[in-house]
Amino acid sequence: MAITGKALLDSTLDETQRLVRASGARPWLLRRKTAGGLAFDACNGLFFIVLTLSFLYPFWHTVILSFSGILDVRTLGLHIWLGRWQTGAYEYILSDPSTLVGYANSIFRAVAGTTLTLVVTFLTAYPLAKRTLPGRGLVTAYILVTMFFAGGLIPTYLVIRKIGLIDSRWVLILPLLANGFYIIIMRNYLMTVDPAFEESAFMDGANYLQIMARIVAPLCKPVLATIALWTMVLHWNSWFDALIYLRDESKIVLQLLLRRLLLAEQATLDRIREFGGAIDAEDRLPSEAVKAATTLITIGPIILVYPFLQRYFIKGIFLGSLKG
Amino acid sequence: MRLLYLALLPGVALLFVFNYLPIYGIIAAFKDYRFNLGFLGSEWNDFHHFRILFGHPFFWRIFRNTVIISVLRIAFGFPAPIILALLINELANRKFKRVVQSVSYLPHFFSWVVLAGILVEILSPQRGIVGYLFGLAGQPAPLLLTDPGLFRPMLVATGIWQEVGWGSVIYLAAMAAIDPELHETGRIDGANRLQQAVHITLPSLLPVVTILFILRLGNVLNAGFDQIFNLYSPLVYEVADIIDTYVYRQGIIERQYGFTTAVGLFKNVIGVALIVGSNSVIKRYSEYGLW
Repeated sequence: MAITGKALLDSTLDETQRLVRASGARPWLLRRKTAGGLAFDACNGLFFIVLTLSFLYPFWHTVILSFSGILDVRTLGLHIWLGRWQTGAYEYILSDPSTLVGYANSIFRAVAGTTLTLVVTFLTAYPLAKRTLPGRGLVTAYILVTMFFAGGLIPTYLVIRKIGLIDSRWVLILPLLANGFYIIIMRNYLMTVDPAFEESAFMDGANYLQIMARIVAPLCKPVLATIALWTMVLHWNSWFDALIYLRDESKIVLQLLLRRLLLAEQATLDRIREFGGAIDAEDRLPSEAVKAATTLITIGPIILVYPFLQRYFIKGIFLGSLKG
Repeated sequence: MRLLYLALLPGVALLFVFNYLPIYGIIAAFKDYRFNLGFLGSEWNDFHHFRILFGHPFFWRIFRNTVIISVLRIAFGFPAPIILALLINELANRKFKRVVQSVSYLPHFFSWVVLAGILVEILSPQRGIVGYLFGLAGQPAPLLLTDPGLFRPMLVATGIWQEVGWGSVIYLAAMAAIDPELHETGRIDGANRLQQAVHITLPSLLPVVTILFILRLGNVLNAGFDQIFNLYSPLVYEVADIIDTYVYRQGIIERQYGFTTAVGLFKNVIGVALIVGSNSVIKRYSEYGLW
């Protein structure tokens, strides 16, 4: 069902883009200036300024909080600037080896997970794009079924326990490698690639593997980039799988570390408070600052790739059309 | 040719293990599941889990919470991106428009662990801006995260905050596709901007709206696990404990595997029924539908 809906939606959107390009539409040029219209524009502009602030302020508040001392935290209301920017929270995080472990594990799952997802997606999609391959329809149906039906949380957990993946690093990567949606998108894109490219390579004696790697894959860069960004963000933001499948502290991911800190019990809070051997109550490190700083280092990489994210994620919405 | 089949192998095998085996594992819902006996070896138990389930007062609590939270989300959260898209569409300054959109997507890209970390501070009665604003108005700060009366509205509001910007992308794309001649004709006939929005823009969005609405209905029993799980506490279980959070606690923590598989299956069956049902109703009254 999900597929059919998506397909319909996508065909609407395809049409959309075509029309926009054809018309070069600029709807706002059609407006007449009336008193009511101007009043509306003013209110609307004001509304969007407030709205934009409501999206930005929570993040700015977190930045301020991460540099706050204990007195700032106690008096926080609307704080837009600090008298004294204190870096104790960041020093605490850097002194805590588990942060680095968490960062390394998150980077590992994101990089390894994304690379392998691209490989599996491409390898599966390429044969399915060959119209002459016997059994192609059957395998496609096999993939489509996984987009309609899922076993759910507990059966999936039981299967993963049965095959002995609990507490393995690969439990964060393997279940996400083959994604029906990505495979179908990739296949559809591959079907639009001109077969003449491959035929001439065949003449020159290249085999399928060489053709895939040297000729077809470079042609698929836009789709590969989109899937790569989707997968990377998914991996970076995932925490639930790590929560239920991993016990070993050395495999913890950053998101889970943050979650644990947010729910920290008294012992952790005491450790933070006494960090740096603070004697006066006013020199103590507020746990709120450490939580805020950890939040910020967790979203740091996403902020860094944000400009790409916007471009490719939005492209991705329009890539999903399921023709053929 | 053989190489092509070889290329298919990893994908097919992975889907078999991580998608097909769990689907097969649903039979645990009808068995006295024992881990060492496995899916096949465990004994059938004559729908015992389902009889317990429907007789359990707890079940009706989580079912009610799931439906109420979800219906609130649809009532307020579904129209929100449509309204936002209509308003963004009225902005004349291109640069401002782009900034507004970029900023509004921001929360979409963060996990609920991160968002919970940020929101708990923002909503904190002692330190947050919400409490501060109430203080300016001379009101006591609302306990948004712990007051059972306020928790659901807080969920809905922060849920909209996260997704409204991203949700509007699809509607803005559909709006850009509207034939400008339609607006031109409307203008000549003397329609003002509001009339154009209501009589030209909105009807043009109808196919997209219908499809997204049916898909949304199919998800009624997905009330937002990530968000609730990272924001709730035993203080608000009575209004916030949903099917998914209950399945997590009883299944993963308490290890009642068979029973929670049954709960999950119940949820999926309702979801499929809702999507099929709403599709056929909508098809009867309009020309749009999923199939």
